[in-house]
Amino acid sequence: MTLLDPNDAGMNTEAEAAPVPPKATSFALLGPPNAGKTTLFNGLTGGRAKIGNYPGVTVEFRRGSFSLPGGEPAALIDLPGVTGLTPRSVDAAVTADVIHGRSTAIEAPDVLVIVIDAGQLRRHLPFAIEALSTGRPAIVALNMADLAERDGVKLDDRALEEALGVPVVPVTATRARGRQALLERLGEARPGPARTAADARKLADEVILEEPGLNTATRRLDRIVLHPVGGVALLLAILFFVFQAVFAWATPFMDGIEAGVAALGQAATVLPDGPVESLVVDGIIAGVGAVVVFLPQIVILFFFILLLEQTGYMARAAFLSDELMRRAGLHGRALIPLLSSFACAIPGMMAARTLESERDRLTTIMIAPLMTCSARLPVYAVLIAAFIPATEVGPFGLQGLVLFGLYLAGIVSAVIVAFILRKTATKGGQQTLLMELPTYKLPQAGDLFLGLWGRVKIFLRRAGTIIFAVSIVLWFLVSYPGDTLRESFAGRIGALLEPIFAPIGFTLEMVIALVPGLAAREVAVGVLGTVYAVGNAEENTGQLADVLAASWSLPAALAFIAWFVFAPQCVSTIAVARRETNSLKWTVFMVAYLFALAYLAAGATYWIAKALS
Amino acid sequence: MRTLSTLRPGESGRITAIEAQADLSQGLAEAGFSVGDEVEVLARGLFGGTPLSVRLGRAVVALRRNEAEAVRIS
Ligand SMILES: Nc1nc2c(ncn2[C@@H]2O[C@H](COP(=O)(O)OP(=O)(O)OP(=O)(O)O)[C@@H](O)[C@H]2O)c(=O)[nH]1
Ligand SMILES: [Mg+2]
Repeated sequence: MTLLDPNDAGMNTEAEAAPVPPKATSFALLGPPNAGKTTLFNGLTGGRAKIGNYPGVTVEFRRGSFSLPGGEPAALIDLPGVTGLTPRSVDAAVTADVIHGRSTAIEAPDVLVIVIDAGQLRRHLPFAIEALSTGRPAIVALNMADLAERDGVKLDDRALEEALGVPVVPVTATRARGRQALLERLGEARPGPARTAADARKLADEVILEEPGLNTATRRLDRIVLHPVGGVALLLAILFFVFQAVFAWATPFMDGIEAGVAALGQAATVLPDGPVESLVVDGIIAGVGAVVVFLPQIVILFFFILLLEQTGYMARAAFLSDELMRRAGLHGRALIPLLSSFACAIPGMMAARTLESERDRLTTIMIAPLMTCSARLPVYAVLIAAFIPATEVGPFGLQGLVLFGLYLAGIVSAVIVAFILRKTATKGGQQTLLMELPTYKLPQAGDLFLGLWGRVKIFLRRAGTIIFAVSIVLWFLVSYPGDTLRESFAGRIGALLEPIFAPIGFTLEMVIALVPGLAAREVAVGVLGTVYAVGNAEENTGQLADVLAASWSLPAALAFIAWFVFAPQCVSTIAVARRETNSLKWTVFMVAYLFALAYLAAGATYWIAKALS
Repeated sequence: MRTLSTLRPGESGRITAIEAQADLSQGLAEAGFSVGDEVEVLARGLFGGTPLSVRLGRAVVALRRNEAEAVRIS
């Protein structure tokens, strides 16, 4: 045991003796990707930070507070997972900066809580030793103790504690297990003695008493999931199923919400006839209602996204599409930021921080907006409901097929754009793939629910703020002055832009919907809701989809859909692109190329559809 | 001179050396590739056998053929 003796030669005995700072109030969670840092963070602080079973979920630090056993308040900092302290990517640089006190945005932590996976001690021990070499007071949390136990891993944590010279506490972050013990021992955190990577190997042999092979469920599942042919077929089948479900399962709920919105509209007619009633019924209820109807579809889509993220399938999907990514000149891991962009391009662009090469990161940011974000779902859905018959093609619903096709169109264009960029503007550099495929885990019902609830809140908040405000403003602009849309303010503003869009078949109503659509894309649906409600105030027609089906030509509708496959994204996405690329030039380029693609695609769709019909 | 990229799914070998540029060697080391360890190929992609999923101890790591060629095995 001499090698493991903390008093051995070469040890930093001074640091060893240093007492815990009396006001140790700031703790940072430091560990390899996917070790469960964020789960622990949420557990201790009551936070709701995003958790997922793939490496690279957290890409930004987050600060929360909790109470020490004595009742004193303390700060907890969650950090992006890192494989070492020499950063090779932007997210790892965030961690390194915080740990070394170089961050201007947050204080340097007083104590490191080193979170490693108990079941993967051999792999994670070198990391723990490297983290201890910073000389900061530390404590080690051996997380996922439940899984290690289930698999039959046996560790001698006493010996490990003695060798590392800092407290070692087994915990299960997903449950409260070990949390109290961890809290109680935070006060014992102290700097560990310096050790080398070679020590790590010896130490692992010493403290790992039993180490079974790879988790058998994961091995068996991967035989199917990663099968060169079967795996790809399964991936396509899953995506296919998701889009079918988005339409099929949402319908009854949407009918319910529609009925509710209609009832509300009816109820509002008790208001005296006149502008106030029109504002409430045709402006607010029609505008906000047109968007809120899509809540069930959003919920279903996110339910599946969260499920894929939490089971561990996400990293497998990245594996399966790696060859395609490689041919497009992209890093294999770029798939994860791109898949995140199905929720929203903003987290997608931020997740690109996990890519090591700057060129890869830039390319990924540039194409992230081509992934269909959830805000576009209402636009697609209303137009599909209006123009695509709800018939069956074999066992599949046609509407779900078309939706799948639209997502696919986004993906295919992203691959093509990436390919062109990598041959020109972001040329050079080598693309590598080195990614851990985590073991499969059962999704945590609580995380799933919180994740969904978070999305519901974002959606409803947007409906209640941006869309609400736009509906009111738009109602004024559409209602005054004059009797027709063309005479109104909105019509006059739209008329200025109309010549630009007339060649691609857009009507005045469509043009009016495009501009506020920049605030958030689903606003476009709200705008159409208001525009047609004001226009048809007397008839009191039913659903927006029916109104559109009656008043738009098929080629124009298809062109509008094509526009939204590419349409320049909302202002917040543009702002984040500016921040993440730190370049005005690239931001302008992104907006310009998307605008050009949208225009060309809408135009081509319009003229081809017109020629065919 | 065999490398990891010559193994078929189900086959395994022992790592004898890692020959790559500094960045990649660091990445491979941090991913858990270390000389003397056993590595087993679990799955390979359809086209050109890339990417590979390999087992290192209890962990599974995905890498491309290029990266696998840097890992010498016996
Ligand atoms: N069974 C079990 N699962 C856990 C435990 N801790 C975390 N998990 C799961 O492990 C996965 C990763 O958890 P995260 O908290 O996102 O990991 P992280 O360390 O923050 O990962 P990055 O942000 O990518 O660095 C999630 O699926 C969690 O539900 C645990 O103690 N037991
Ligand atoms: Mg995290």
